[in-house]
Amino acid sequence: MYAALWRVLPGPWWLRVIILIVAVAVVLTALVIWVFPAVQTLVAPQDVTVTK
Amino acid sequence: MILGMTEPVGDGATARPKRARRARRARRRISVVGVLGEVLITAGVLVLLFLGWQLWLQDIIVGNQLHGEAVQQNKDWNKSAIAPVSGGSDVIPVAQAPANAQKFADLVVPRWNEPGQAPYYRPIAQGIGVADVLNKYNLGHYPSTQMPGEVGNFAIASHRSAYGGNLHLIHELHVGDHIFVATQDGWYQYSFRNLEYVHPTGVGVLDPVPQVPGVQPTDRVITLTSCNPFYSTAERIVAYGMFDKFYPRDPSKPAFGAPTEIAQTVLGQGS
Repeated sequence: MYAALWRVLPGPWWLRVIILIVAVAVVLTALVIWVFPAVQTLVAPQDVTVTK
Repeated sequence: MILGMTEPVGDGATARPKRARRARRARRRISVVGVLGEVLITAGVLVLLFLGWQLWLQDIIVGNQLHGEAVQQNKDWNKSAIAPVSGGSDVIPVAQAPANAQKFADLVVPRWNEPGQAPYYRPIAQGIGVADVLNKYNLGHYPSTQMPGEVGNFAIASHRSAYGGNLHLIHELHVGDHIFVATQDGWYQYSFRNLEYVHPTGVGVLDPVPQVPGVQPTDRVITLTSCNPFYSTAERIVAYGMFDKFYPRDPSKPAFGAPTEIAQTVLGQGS
C-alpha cells in the first residue's frame, strides 16, 4: 500500500518526502478538527453529574 | 579506516545486484497480507494518536481556549462595571439564574495552574446537559441548586478528563485552597474544605446543606462534582468549599477589585 503510494508520487525522492510530510500534516489536522471530536462522543465517559 | 567496521567487503561489487533485486521487488504485485498488515499498523497508529489527543493534547488546547474566553468575558464585564453601591463588600449580591446553557460565571482555582499552560480560568454555564453544556467544554451549574453567594449550595459539574478535563485536578486541592467564582458583580471567594466520594446516584451532595436534606441552610457552600476514578464513571468525586468573602467589581480599584491572588489571571497577564 505505502510502497505503491511511494511509486505513484512524482518527482525526485526529496520532493516525494515533502509531499508526504504535507499530506501527513493535512491528515493530522483533519483528524484533530473533525474525526477525533466525533469519535470522542462515542467512546469517552459522558457522566459526570449526580442524578437520581 | 578503523578495523572491525561493519562496512561489507567488496561493496561496489554487490551494489548492482542489490539494485536489481530492489527493482524486481518493486515490480512484484501487492499481496493481500501485506496490505492487511499495513492497514492494521495504520489503525494502531490512529488509535494511539486518538488517545494522545483525547487524554493530553485536547485538554491543553481547550484549557488555553477557555482561558482566553474567560479573559475576554472579564474585559466585557469590566467595560460595563459601575461603582458598587455603598455598603461595599458587606453586601453579597446574588444574580438571577440565567437561561439554560448561558455562560454566567468563571471558575478560577490557582491550585490548578500548570506550568507551560494558561492559568486555570474557565467558564461556567447554566445547566448540566451533556450535549449543550458539558461536552461544549464548560463547567455546568446544577439548575436545582443555588447561585454563587446565595445561602445554600452552589453546585457545578464537569469532566474529569477529555472535553477539556475542567476538574482533572480536583483531587489535588489542599484544605484552605481558594476557589473563586467570577461573575459580572465580582468575585466570590470560597475555601476548599474536603473531598467526598459518592455513587452516581448520590444527589445528597446537592442539598442546600450537603447530605443533610430538609434543613434550612445558613452557610454558603460550593460543590464541585466530577467522575471518579479517572477514565471511569463508576463513582463521583465531590469537592466542597465554604464561602469566605465577596470582592465587588469596582472600576476605581486596580484590576477592577479582583482579589490580588488572581488579579493577573483574570487580566490575562503572565501565566
